[in-house]
Amino acid sequence: MSIIKRLLPHPIFSLVLLLVWLLLNNTLSAGHILLASILALVLPWATAGFWADRLHLHKPGLALRFLLLVLWDITVANIHVAKLILGPRRKLRPAFVDYPLALDNDFAITVLAATISLTPGTVSIDVSSDHRTLLVHGLDVDDEEALIAEIKSRYEAPIKEIFGC
Amino acid sequence: MLDIIISIFLILGAGFALVGSIGLLRLPDFYTRLHGPTKATTLGLGGLLIASMIYFSSRGDVSLHELLVTLFLFMTAPVSAHLLAKAALHLRVRSEIDLPRDEQSKP
Repeated sequence: MSIIKRLLPHPIFSLVLLLVWLLLNNTLSAGHILLASILALVLPWATAGFWADRLHLHKPGLALRFLLLVLWDITVANIHVAKLILGPRRKLRPAFVDYPLALDNDFAITVLAATISLTPGTVSIDVSSDHRTLLVHGLDVDDEEALIAEIKSRYEAPIKEIFGC
Repeated sequence: MLDIIISIFLILGAGFALVGSIGLLRLPDFYTRLHGPTKATTLGLGGLLIASMIYFSSRGDVSLHELLVTLFLFMTAPVSAHLLAKAALHLRVRSEIDLPRDEQSKP
């Protein structure tokens, strides 16, 4: 294992820590860059024991596109949910939907569940103990199959590709 | 001009936050109410944060703190919604529709 890999076991995590520290302090002064670098080196090392399994970001470009897609969907979701809330209550068709997972990595499942919670009229509630189904609550479900198909193609497929699992 | 843009974002943000709260009041059961805080308020806060970013950046230093608030909100909102829903399901909180089986509660 090369020295760089030993020093930076989680390069992306380190980069995020560095950026978060600089943003928190709203500065780019040399002192804070030094402090941020130290934190970026020490924290991944100190938390190494808590990391479940390594997951590589296979396609960073796609990850960025996915992030923009999710941000857009969140905006649309807000307007959609706002309409549902202000509209007549009788028209709501809430439903629990069992979503069959194709991902088999805990971190990838977490990302998918968080995405579902943040996007149109759905909240992820629970993962089955065998990690094969995700219980999702929909605020206004017209067609369960269509909802599952949409989540599958819109969110799960890109996540699968991004992490290559 | 800048004031107008900031005001638009502030009103938009406050409006969505209000809708989220109305949702909490109007929706029929616990599970549907969960949708309010996880969504309508995200955009509400987003609007306020953009307004704050423009306002403080226009007064000199560039202000990007707000990006962090967004980041942390996006990481924590789904987690709290998930835990609330899981706990509610476990306790069999009343719902308008049939509840699914809870794996953890042994018959």
